[in-house]
Amino acid sequence: MSQNGTLMGFVHRRRRGAELFLLVLALAVGIGAYAAVGLGVEGSVPADLVAYGGWLTALIVASHVTVRLVAPYADPVLLPLVAALNGLGLAVLHRLDLTYEAIGNDQHTFARQQLIWMTLGVVLFVATMFLLRDHRSLQRLTYTSGLAGIVLLVLPFLPVIGSAKNGAKIWIYIAGFSFQPGEVAKVLLVIAFSGYLVLHRDALALAGRRVVFVDLPRGRDLGPILAMFGISMMILVLQNDLGSSLLFFGLFLVMLYVATERPGWLVVGGLLFAAGALAAYTFVGNVQNRFNFWLHPLDYYDQTPGSGQLVEAMFGMGWGGLIGRGLGNGFPERVPFAYSDFILSTIGEELGLTAVMAIVLCYGLIVERALRIALISRDGFGKLMAVGLAAIFALQVFVVIGGVTGLIPLTGLTTPFLSYGGSSLVANWVVIALLLRISDQARRPAPRLDPVDDGAADSEHTQVVKLR
Amino acid sequence: MNKPIRVVSVFCLLLFLALLLNATYLMYVRADDLSKDPRNRRIITATYSRERGAILVGKDAIARSVPSDDKYKFQRTYSEPFKYAPVTGYFAFFSQTGVERSQNSVLSGDDSRLFVTRLVDMLSNGDPKGGNVQLTLDAAAQTAAWDGLQALPGDAEGAVVALEPTTGRVLAMASTPTFDPNKLASHDFTAVAGLSKDLNDDPRDPLINRTIGTTLPPGSTFKLVTAAAAIESGDYDADSQVPGGYRFKLPQSSDTIGNYDGGNCGGARITLTQALQVSCNVTFLTLANELGNDAMAEQAEKFGFNDTSLEDLGGQATSLYPRDMDAPQTAMSGIGQSSVTATPLQMAMVAAAIANDGDVMRPYVVDEVRAPNLSVLDQTDTQSISKAISSTTADELTKMMVATVADGTASPAQIPGVDVAGKTGTAQSSGDRPPYAWFVSFAPADDPQVAVAVLVESSDTSPDEIGGGVLGGPIAKSVMEAVINQ
Repeated sequence: MSQNGTLMGFVHRRRRGAELFLLVLALAVGIGAYAAVGLGVEGSVPADLVAYGGWLTALIVASHVTVRLVAPYADPVLLPLVAALNGLGLAVLHRLDLTYEAIGNDQHTFARQQLIWMTLGVVLFVATMFLLRDHRSLQRLTYTSGLAGIVLLVLPFLPVIGSAKNGAKIWIYIAGFSFQPGEVAKVLLVIAFSGYLVLHRDALALAGRRVVFVDLPRGRDLGPILAMFGISMMILVLQNDLGSSLLFFGLFLVMLYVATERPGWLVVGGLLFAAGALAAYTFVGNVQNRFNFWLHPLDYYDQTPGSGQLVEAMFGMGWGGLIGRGLGNGFPERVPFAYSDFILSTIGEELGLTAVMAIVLCYGLIVERALRIALISRDGFGKLMAVGLAAIFALQVFVVIGGVTGLIPLTGLTTPFLSYGGSSLVANWVVIALLLRISDQARRPAPRLDPVDDGAADSEHTQVVKLR
Repeated sequence: MNKPIRVVSVFCLLLFLALLLNATYLMYVRADDLSKDPRNRRIITATYSRERGAILVGKDAIARSVPSDDKYKFQRTYSEPFKYAPVTGYFAFFSQTGVERSQNSVLSGDDSRLFVTRLVDMLSNGDPKGGNVQLTLDAAAQTAAWDGLQALPGDAEGAVVALEPTTGRVLAMASTPTFDPNKLASHDFTAVAGLSKDLNDDPRDPLINRTIGTTLPPGSTFKLVTAAAAIESGDYDADSQVPGGYRFKLPQSSDTIGNYDGGNCGGARITLTQALQVSCNVTFLTLANELGNDAMAEQAEKFGFNDTSLEDLGGQATSLYPRDMDAPQTAMSGIGQSSVTATPLQMAMVAAAIANDGDVMRPYVVDEVRAPNLSVLDQTDTQSISKAISSTTADELTKMMVATVADGTASPAQIPGVDVAGKTGTAQSSGDRPPYAWFVSFAPADDPQVAVAVLVESSDTSPDEIGGGVLGGPIAKSVMEAVINQ
């Protein structure tokens, strides 16, 4: 385990000014897009632009001030990226609301609700930053959070509160509120995996035998991976949700590989998942359908179930071309669920390939920053958590954007920070809080190592050190 | 743990690279293909909502877009809907026909020739406008053709097409019964769907442009082709003695065929001119039988049979002269029966080629493509498709056709002071339907300005030879007059 920060005598700068500058740019994106929606759809700047912009600014400033106060060394790029994505998502939801209202759709307050969710997300972000002063304290919650995560995953199966929506059982309803427990579960599972793997990595890494250049793990160590595989398959078969299944199992595999440094785990896990997916393809009609829609979307355009949604999204994005039709000049309402899973098709149609690329790059930068945090983090638990959170982001973005643009079979997942959805938005704000907390620890100048005996400067001796 | 983290980083980089490449492929490379998908309603709505260019005849816009109050912003209107419908076609939400379809890229503004206009529109933030299409049609000729068809008995179906022989420009193209494109361009889609169904179910096929979309046996007008093949063979000229008489016995059969009037065409041996003048079946059955299938087919194909020639208007049916007919069928083909079929446009092309010293010009309806500011972007070039006959043959045939109008079956097309060349025709298609009357002509014979073909089917068509002249002759005459008198 390295200590790059101090080994090279390099001290990270705080860069809070840079963060502020980037946040101003991010706000310009969010508020500018909101104004452009008004101009494009209604022909005038929205009347509530000042109130809306003020609220958005207040939220961003609150998060920035929090970072300044309790995590001054945190990564300066993450927050602006998130602010830009969230602001753009709100503007696009507002644009969809105006059209949904015009065509008489019952639901046309997505942007307003999303802003409330964003507020809650920022509140939780601030709370996490203030309450969690050291991410290592989460290590104590390894098994608690693991259990909580699994319970949350099972909740949608329960009668009364569980509910299927569009074929996937990933929702629960309590007192009129719908909630996607999987979004919270993924954060809890990252904590649980990190805590478990950081303790057992040696056993998992060192025992085993070598078969054709690949170190295969010991039979008894297969327990956790089989358990996780079982849970993933359960999600796939019972919840009918290929996306979440892939996400959880992929997350586990990546963390296992990073903890043990043994590619053998990837081979075992990859084979397991391939076998599971093949079984699902053979026995679950839904999976087969999605595979066919992916390979020949245009052939299933008019059928039910068919690929109408995907094809309309493809038509829209193709029509948008390089620079898009302009906000308000497209027909995003032709794509069902344009406000959630398919929000990227709206963006592609009206803002073009340019915006799609910008968004993919924003996600890419978030993943890059998270992995960088993992690299420089001084403790194994922090490294694993940062890698896990980065992996969640990368996999989720790849699965949903790849699905919407026809790169891989379509599976239902939200686009982080863009799609309408409270559970996802709030959970992702907490993910960012955790990443900032780990990066603050990693980038903070290393504590001076003070020998107990002030007089003895002889480093040859074994010393008892304490953190000042 | 840093080595695997770096591996994971590279893996993530590949994932995001794949997303970027795929997005580029979808939104840039495949965009054109997706736009061309007929189910892509975005494209339909967008073109439907645009200020579409006008279709012009002379200086008048016969189709143009006017602002409307609803969400589609513009309404397509046709100033003389029925008269021009076969050419303009219609512009409905779900489908387009005619020039509206063939010139859609210009009219909608998407054509590459309008690139500069589009760029200016984009930079000035103006709404894109479509370009205009100038047709070759002559308003006077079209009016004469349409009025002539309207004057026919109530249930008549007919078509008139006029060409400028030296260029191939289509001067008139009328068809009846037809439809009102204004009603199909309506934004009331329910009404449009109902009307569209009615029009499609109508047994009289009002949606078909009969000048190019209907093929029927050309009857005696095809004797021009037979005569052309005979003279081209080198064995005949206008004054050659050819067999006349009462009946012709088909080869390999005991059947005989007589003349329409049951007469002998004026003798057992008559001149080729006289044979055409009286439309002598026996003569042309004999000639076709003598020339054979290959020579006849070759001549027919030189005139444009077995191929389509009209490139800027859809819906042209291929006129057929089969190359595998047996001897009796070949003989019958000499008088435009058996398996020979032709569109009115094809027969007009035969007349035009004779008028143009044997050169067959490619017919076209779009004269110029113009930018929204009316500057000319492109002009259609005239093009010679083939040399059907030598100019000597053309002169001989012209002489014979002039005699046919001056002193023969085609006399209804006579114009005082002008030499008119013409030929009538009547053809049976099937037993229970009335025969079709044909008339082809051009004028003036010494300096041809217009070639016309008229096709009429009505219950009043008499089965004898004169029918074509009585019904088609006056229409052809008024169309020719309309062009000559300008």
